Amino acid sequence: MSGAPTPKLRIRGLRKAFGSKQVLDGIDLDVAAGTSTVVIGGSGSGKSVLLRCILGLIVPDAGSIEIDGVDVLALRRREREAINRRIGMLFQNGALFDSLPVWENVAFGLLARRQITRSAARDKAGEVLRQVGLDPSVGLLSPSELSGGMQKRVGLARAIAAQPEILFFDEPTTGLDPIMGAVIDGLIVDCVKTLGSTAIAITHDMASATRIGDAAAMLFRGRLVWQGPAASLLDSGNPLVDQFTHGRREGPIAMELRR
Amino acid sequence: MSTLLSLVASLGSIVLGFVRSAGSLALFAINAVSHLFRPPFYWRAFLAAFVEFAFFSLPVVALTALFSGGVIALQSYTGFARYNAQSAIAGIVVLSVVRELGPVLAGLIVAGRVGSAMAAEIGTMRVTDQIDALGTLSTNPMKYLVTPRLLAGTLALPLLVVVADILGVLGGFIVSVVKLGFSPNAYIANTLSVMQPIDVNVGLVKAAVFGFLIALMGCYNGYHSRGGAQGVGSATTASVVAASILVLAFDYMLTEMFFSR
Repeated sequence: MSGAPTPKLRIRGLRKAFGSKQVLDGIDLDVAAGTSTVVIGGSGSGKSVLLRCILGLIVPDAGSIEIDGVDVLALRRREREAINRRIGMLFQNGALFDSLPVWENVAFGLLARRQITRSAARDKAGEVLRQVGLDPSVGLLSPSELSGGMQKRVGLARAIAAQPEILFFDEPTTGLDPIMGAVIDGLIVDCVKTLGSTAIAITHDMASATRIGDAAAMLFRGRLVWQGPAASLLDSGNPLVDQFTHGRREGPIAMELRR
Repeated sequence: MSTLLSLVASLGSIVLGFVRSAGSLALFAINAVSHLFRPPFYWRAFLAAFVEFAFFSLPVVALTALFSGGVIALQSYTGFARYNAQSAIAGIVVLSVVRELGPVLAGLIVAGRVGSAMAAEIGTMRVTDQIDALGTLSTNPMKYLVTPRLLAGTLALPLLVVVADILGVLGGFIVSVVKLGFSPNAYIANTLSVMQPIDVNVGLVKAAVFGFLIALMGCYNGYHSRGGAQGVGSATTASVVAASILVLAFDYMLTEMFFSR
């Protein structure tokens, strides 16, 4: 028997192909409770597919995904939904429901569980909006009336509203200017610390990766080719990681137009 | 020989594709309907879809029915006057409107107005990750997006058809009385003597079936849309085309079932 604590998230041998394209080719990853892990990789490297497999949005071809030691791939739908209640997710483009006002977006998960009245949910949404640096009056607006940065904040508010144990971030700073990117990263770090959550982020923004992550991993051609502390991302000693993090044209990663 | 083989292969591929799509649609419908009997039910989503179906479609359905009733009266008069059979016009108008034109016109209009909007809305939600987001927020997308719309379509279209029936008959009445010089009392008496309860009831059954099919095609095509704006556009077009064809095909089948002697 090992005395090591069970990781919050454990992935073993995860594989997923779309047609002849092997997107994930045997991913092994452990994420310890209360830590933030950043997965970096180029466009089309499989980062989003990895995240969607963990969330249950895509069914992998092989492998296991354990949350607190429970293989979530073996769960029935209702059991899986119970696990999802412990998860929050910030989508790349916010994925806010444009038919609902901002406050209802933020409180959607709380209302879905039917453990809160609409008026209490509206108050709670105001609180969470304030937590991400927005005035509660923003809650009355429609998502289409918000700037990109505000949409990200609302998406973050929605992800943390139910105080999840695990938070996922899909390219949290994509499309934002550097200052707004830093603001969002700061909010993410604050929220994760406040909630004591475990966080997994995927990004190809190096500044964001080093700000958010405790640990980091690099995905290349469906495999995790490097794992280590996020602080060492810029001097990892791994030629693949070095080329990627420094944005060098020359190196082992050849730009593939089509594979 | 190879040309023949490739022809057979192409034909087989088309047939397989059709069977696959039909099976997928049937499973989608069964899954959506099964959520009616498994809580929770999203009443707010149902009411929003019901209002969209019934209330916002009312003006266009009403106007279409009113003019159609008038046109039937005019055209019938043109033909029947040759045989001195003008007295049959009231019966022709009411049977045409209540049995066929009311449900079919309402169905086609709603397929174009609401079915397309439904496909576009759900399709946009699909390509902007909103449907995936529902899944991460303890909400089953089928239960939240599809089941309430199917129920709303099934219940709302019969209401629209009741209005279409009344206004269609009214259109025929106005044209017959004002333009063709019919006696109002005789027209109403003729109408009531020809119309049977089964005419109205079958029209309402047709409407319920059409409403279900329109919502199903809108939701199915939107739910399975792929590839950004173009994919949403294709889903919208496919939903209107498929719903229109299904409305006409089921209209024939239901007519055959209820009125064939």
